[in-house]
Amino acid sequence: MAGLVTALMAVVALAAAAALGAQAGMAGVFGIAVPYVAVAIFVAGFIKKVIGWASTPQPFSIATTGGQQYSQPWVKQAKFDNPSTPGQTFVRMALEVLCFRSLFRNTKLDNRPAEGRVGYGSDKSLWLFALMFHYCFLIVFVRHFRFFLEPVPMAITGVEFVDSILQIGVPTLYLTDVFFVVGVSFLLARRIWDPKVNYISLASDYFPLFLILAIALSGIYMRYFAKVDVIAIKQLAFGLVSFKPVIPPNVDWSFYMHFFLVCVLWAYFPFSKLMHLGGVFLSPTRNLPNNTRMVRYINPWNDPSIKPHSYEEYENDFREKMIEAGLPVDKEA
Amino acid sequence: MSKMAPPEEVMNVDYTTPAEAWMDVKPEFKLGNYSYPGKPEVLKYLGLPNPRVWNPTEEDWKLPPDWKEIITEGFRELLGKYRSLKVFMDVCVRCGACADKCHFYIGSGDPKNMPVLRAELLRSIYRGDFTMAGKILGKLAGARKLEEDVIKEWFMYFYQCTQCRRCSLFCPYGIDTAEITFLARDLMNRIGVNINWILEPAANCNRTGNHLGIQPHAFKDMMDFLVDDIETITGRRVEPTFHRKGAEILFITPSGDIFAEPGIYTFMGYLLLFDYLDLDVTWSTYASEGGNFGSFMNDKWMKKLNAKMYAEAKRLGVKYIIGGECGHMWRVLNQFMDTMNGPADFLEVPKSPITGTVFDNARSTKMIHLVEFTADLIRNNKLKLDKSRNAGMVATWHDSCNTSRGMGFFDEPRYVLENVVEKFVDMPTQTIREQTFCCGGGAGLNNGEFTDMRLRGGLPRGNALQYVQQKFGVNTMSCICAIDRATLPGLADYWAPGVKVTGLHELVGNALVFDDEEQERTMNLRQEDLPGIEGEDE
Repeated sequence: MAGLVTALMAVVALAAAAALGAQAGMAGVFGIAVPYVAVAIFVAGFIKKVIGWASTPQPFSIATTGGQQYSQPWVKQAKFDNPSTPGQTFVRMALEVLCFRSLFRNTKLDNRPAEGRVGYGSDKSLWLFALMFHYCFLIVFVRHFRFFLEPVPMAITGVEFVDSILQIGVPTLYLTDVFFVVGVSFLLARRIWDPKVNYISLASDYFPLFLILAIALSGIYMRYFAKVDVIAIKQLAFGLVSFKPVIPPNVDWSFYMHFFLVCVLWAYFPFSKLMHLGGVFLSPTRNLPNNTRMVRYINPWNDPSIKPHSYEEYENDFREKMIEAGLPVDKEA
Repeated sequence: MSKMAPPEEVMNVDYTTPAEAWMDVKPEFKLGNYSYPGKPEVLKYLGLPNPRVWNPTEEDWKLPPDWKEIITEGFRELLGKYRSLKVFMDVCVRCGACADKCHFYIGSGDPKNMPVLRAELLRSIYRGDFTMAGKILGKLAGARKLEEDVIKEWFMYFYQCTQCRRCSLFCPYGIDTAEITFLARDLMNRIGVNINWILEPAANCNRTGNHLGIQPHAFKDMMDFLVDDIETITGRRVEPTFHRKGAEILFITPSGDIFAEPGIYTFMGYLLLFDYLDLDVTWSTYASEGGNFGSFMNDKWMKKLNAKMYAEAKRLGVKYIIGGECGHMWRVLNQFMDTMNGPADFLEVPKSPITGTVFDNARSTKMIHLVEFTADLIRNNKLKLDKSRNAGMVATWHDSCNTSRGMGFFDEPRYVLENVVEKFVDMPTQTIREQTFCCGGGAGLNNGEFTDMRLRGGLPRGNALQYVQQKFGVNTMSCICAIDRATLPGLADYWAPGVKVTGLHELVGNALVFDDEEQERTMNLRQEDLPGIEGEDE
C-alpha cells in the first residue's frame, strides 16, 4: 500500500509541477530543455543497458522447452515451442514478442479442498489486457509521428484513419485511446485487487502505471476537452526534432503537463522494469534453440583446468578391492 | 520430521498474504521445512569454505567475518559471467504469471515460494548493490540491504526450490528460477551455507563414482544380486561387463537404480534388454552416477562430476554413450555437457546396431537416452513384447521436470509405455507434458528431514494422480527419473495410496519375450505373481 500511495503522489506531484510551471512562464524549460535531456537519458541509458546485457557471456544454452523435441522423423516436433534451428527459434521469439505466447498459456490455480481437488483453469485475462495495452501504446506512439513529420507519411494517416473509423464526436474519437486506458486500468486494478500480485508489488510497479495513465488522461483531456491548438504544438515538436526549438504562443498548459510526463517516462525508462522491452529479446530461455546435443554451444569462460577425479586416482584408491571382486584394472597391484 | 497431517487437511492451504510487507517477514525454521546443513568434513573434502557445525534454528550461523564482501564480490562475479542472471535481475515486471505455478507455493501458500518473490530475495540485493535507482531510492525501488536475515531467507527458499522450471514456462520473459536458485546456491556456498544432502552425495560421486558412496566391489555385488534375481525370474543368466575396453557402448544410469526399490527393477529391465539385443555394452563403476549433484552446487562441481562420463568413454574406447532413466542427468547432459566437457570428438555419432537408426539429434554430444533407443527398437519391430505380462496395470505417465522443460521428451516415453502396458491414461492436461508438476524432491531436496515440506509440495502431482486413480483406476505411475523413483512412492502413499511407481524399463523388462525362453514367466521383476498365473493355481 505504501508503494501505491508513494507512486501516486509522485505522479501527481510531477503533473502539478509541469502544469504550474508552464503557467508560471517556464514553457522553455518544459518545452525545450527537459525533452532534450530526457531523450538523451533514454537513448544513452537504453543503449548502455542493452550493451551491458549483450556483452555479458551466456555460458550455457538453457532453452525452456514447451513441447516435443526434435527426435526421429516419426516423432512430431513442436517446432515453435521446442525449436532446434535458428529459423524456428526466430519464429518462437516473434510469437513471444508479438503475441505474448507464454502469457497466453497462463493458468489460474483453483484449489477446492472441500471437493478434494486442485484445478488449473485457463486464465487469459492478463494476456488479453496486456496485449491490448501494449498494442494501443504502440499505435498511439506511431500516431504521434504526425507531429514530427512533414508531410505526414501515408502509413501514419492510414493508422489514424482506421483508429478513428467509428467517427464518434469532434474531434473524432480514437479507439486506441479508449482501449489504452482500459488496458492500463486493468493492469492497475489487478495489482491492487489480486492479493498475490498486490503482495509482490513495489512502488516501482505502480509508478509507471500511474505515469502512463496520467499521460493517457492528460492527452485525452488536451484533445477532447481543452481542444488545444494542434498547429502550435506541431510547430513546437517540429522545432525540437529539427534542432531549432521554438516556443510558440497559444500552447495550453495541459500540453506541457502531458509532454513533461512523457519526458519523465523517457528518462525513467532505462532504469526501470520497463526495460523488459529490450530484455525480452535477450532472454536465453527463449532466444536459444534446443539443439545442444547436435551443436556444441561455447562458453567463453569454460575452465579447461577443471578435471574429473581421475580414473587413475580412483583405481589407486580401490585397486585391491576391485581385483578381489574380479573387476578389470589398468594396473595390477 | 514432524507428524504429517492427513492429505485432506494439507490440501486446505491458506493462500492469504501476510499483513506485513514481505521484507519484514522473517523465515521461521521448523523441523520439516529445511534440510540439514553440510557437515564440516564434507565441506573440507570438497574444498568449500567455512566448514563448521551449525544449526539453522539457532540465531548464530557462524558466518565468516567478511561474509558480506564475499557475497557482494561473488554476486558481481556471477553478474559478469551469466547474462541470464543479469537479464533476469532487470526485466521482471512482477506480473505474477508465475505466482501460482510453483508446487511449493501451491502446497504451502507461503508467498515467498512464489517464483517472483523467490527471485526478489536476490533481486532486492542486486538493486541495492548494483543499480543506481536502488542506491538512490532504496526501498522505493525494491532495494534492501544485505543482512544476516537475508542469508537466512535465501537458505530457506533457495533450498525450497527444486529447479523444476515450471514457472519459466509461464513467464512472458522466460525468467528461469532454476538459474536464479542455482546461482544463489553458488553464492551461499561461498560462505559455507549449504545442505548436506547435496554435498555428501557430490563428494561421494567424486570419490566413488556414485552418490551413495558405493565402492566398486560393492557395486559389483549389488549388480550380481540383481543378476541372480533375473535368473530366478526368467531362468536367464545375463552377463553384464564392467570396464570392458573396446565395447561399443558405455551405459551410465543414476546409481539410485542399483541401490533402492523401485529403481532396481528398472535396472533389471536395462540388463534384460541389453541381453535380449546382445548389445555390446559395458558398465563402469568409476562413472556409475548419472545424476549430477554438482548441478545443485555451482558450475565448477557440475562440470567436474559430469566430466567423468567422457573421461571414462575415452578410456574405454567406446563408440558412444547411452544414458539411463534420469532427470537432472539429462538436463546437464542435454544442455551443458558438450559445452563443459566437449567436444566429444573421440566418439562416434550414435547409431543403433539393431535398427541402423542414426541418432542425428545427438550428433555432437554422442550420448543418447535409453528411451529414445528403445522407442526406435519398438518402432522398427525389433522387440517382441507381451503386454499381458504387465496385465492388470492401468498406467499413467509422470513427465519428469528435467526431461520435459529441459529437453522436450514427451512422445518417445509414451510410445514405449503404450507398447508395454494394456491400458495407459494421461493425467489432466495442465499437469503433464511441459506443464508437468515436480515430485518435490529435485535439486537435492529428497532427504528425510524435508519430507514434510516435500509432501506438501507434492500436492499438485499427488492430486492429479489421485484424480486418475479414482476416475480410471490408475494403479501404476511410470517415470524416467531416479529422483522420481525415490520420491514418488512416498508421494503416492500419501496422496494416492495404492498407486505404485515404476521406471519405464521395468515394464519393458517385464514385457520382453525372448525367443529361447527356457522358463515360463510366472512373476514380474518385483517377483510378484503375474495376474492369471496365480489364478490358474487356484
